Amino acid sequence: MAALVETSGLTAFYGDAQALFGIDFRLEAGELVAIIGANGAGKSTFLKSLTGLVKVERDAVRFNGTPIGGAAPGQIVRQGLAMVPEGRRLFPSLSVEENLRMGANAGRSGPWNLQRLYKMFPILEQKKGTPGTALSGGQQQMVAIGRALMSNPTLLLCDELSLGLAPIVIKEIYDAMPAITAEGMSVVIVEQDVTVAQRVSQRVYCFQEGRVSLQGRSDQLTREQISLAYFGV
Amino acid sequence: MSLLDTLVQGLLLGGLYALFALGLSLMFGVMRLTNTAQGDFIVLAAFAAIAIVSLVAAPPSVVALLLLPVAFAAGYALQRWVLNGTLGKDPLPSLVVTFGLSIVIQNALLEAFSADPRSLESGGLATQSVSVGPVTLGVLPLLIFGVAVVATAALQALFDRTALGRSFRAVSDDKEIAELMGLDAKKVYALATGIAFLVIALAGVFQAMRTTVSPSDGPLLLLFAFEAVIIGGMGSFWGTLVGALALGIVQQIGFRIDPGWGIWFGHLMFLAVLVVRPQGLFPKTRG
Repeated sequence: MAALVETSGLTAFYGDAQALFGIDFRLEAGELVAIIGANGAGKSTFLKSLTGLVKVERDAVRFNGTPIGGAAPGQIVRQGLAMVPEGRRLFPSLSVEENLRMGANAGRSGPWNLQRLYKMFPILEQKKGTPGTALSGGQQQMVAIGRALMSNPTLLLCDELSLGLAPIVIKEIYDAMPAITAEGMSVVIVEQDVTVAQRVSQRVYCFQEGRVSLQGRSDQLTREQISLAYFGV
Repeated sequence: MSLLDTLVQGLLLGGLYALFALGLSLMFGVMRLTNTAQGDFIVLAAFAAIAIVSLVAAPPSVVALLLLPVAFAAGYALQRWVLNGTLGKDPLPSLVVTFGLSIVIQNALLEAFSADPRSLESGGLATQSVSVGPVTLGVLPLLIFGVAVVATAALQALFDRTALGRSFRAVSDDKEIAELMGLDAKKVYALATGIAFLVIALAGVFQAMRTTVSPSDGPLLLLFAFEAVIIGGMGSFWGTLVGALALGIVQQIGFRIDPGWGIWFGHLMFLAVLVVRPQGLFPKTRG
């Protein structure tokens, strides 16, 4: 049976600089997988390779068995792969609701709509007319997640959800994950906080200098193994 | 000429300048692209209208209706297959390409129409006037002013209240993320330029009705458009309208003092705004 997402020997470059060195990755439908690693390990580049923001070989990335490597981001999101980018990157000139509606451009049908998002994050309905970037960091993260969900993806990629957020806000964000995955949506989270990553995910990939240095079930990996794979010492 | 009359005539002149400037404002607001061929495209539209009249002897309103879809298609195609290739972090390629287009248009018009000034028969509109109290208003300048206000309101509403406007703002804010949302930025840019060319076509028709046009007029029209956009604030449609009206009034005051000073007065105000408030009077980029 084909994996939902599979990469084999994935390499990526920024100009002449190689960022990924032969990444083999596999994610089954319904899984929540965490990618951990230090700054510069290639985690974000990997997600960008999946979404078409970084161009890679066509056959190096397969989604539902179909090669999507190097396809345009718009084509990929229409196939059901959405991303919450690092730093939220909301559209400054759009209100909260306009930001959310942008996610629906992919034209995919499914359970996620404005009403359901407002039920999950009630504060967003109260602030729907406010410019997205005028919200607190946590609320902006909710908009970024909601915007991605509005495309009704099969796979949600979340890049550094906890970056710059208070622990209580991080908990609130991750508490929403069960509702997101309840209907079979698969999730990949990139996370620097190892404790959070192990707690919420079923499997973990650890990246180091553009390579997979460790992978395994989250509940079976020890702190020592992760520390060695994370820092290389 | 009374001061009131000067102010009113300046406002009406500013309406025409607003039509020169709105397309520039739109293209800068969405793509951060400064179209240095803006004036030449206006002159090209004027000559296209003159050519259509010479072929079918239609009134200016019909000519404008014929010209609008052609202008939209030309703007869409120009952006899609020429200007999109120049966009990036470096603004120089788009400046060079539009400057090159400016030279090509001027020389092509010279070749096709000669250097002789020409105008579009307005069917008497250019000579009709109405009196409002002590002020006499030309019907054609009033019509141009009205169209400028409607065009400004329409563009602002398009930006603020429609899905297309939302797409314009999104690609302007963050092209990469907009594409992650399923937008094709190149198509969105092409639509923006197509709409900018609708306003350019109107400006060309009105310019040819109001006065004479010659192939070398483009750079001066670009200068007025550029001054209006800078005075009003880059990317803001209402700001562009106010900038154009302010430019028209100041020029008219200059003309009143001395017929040779009008354009010079406009340049002085432009420089004053650049020094005192370089972001323009209404710097809000989008609605």
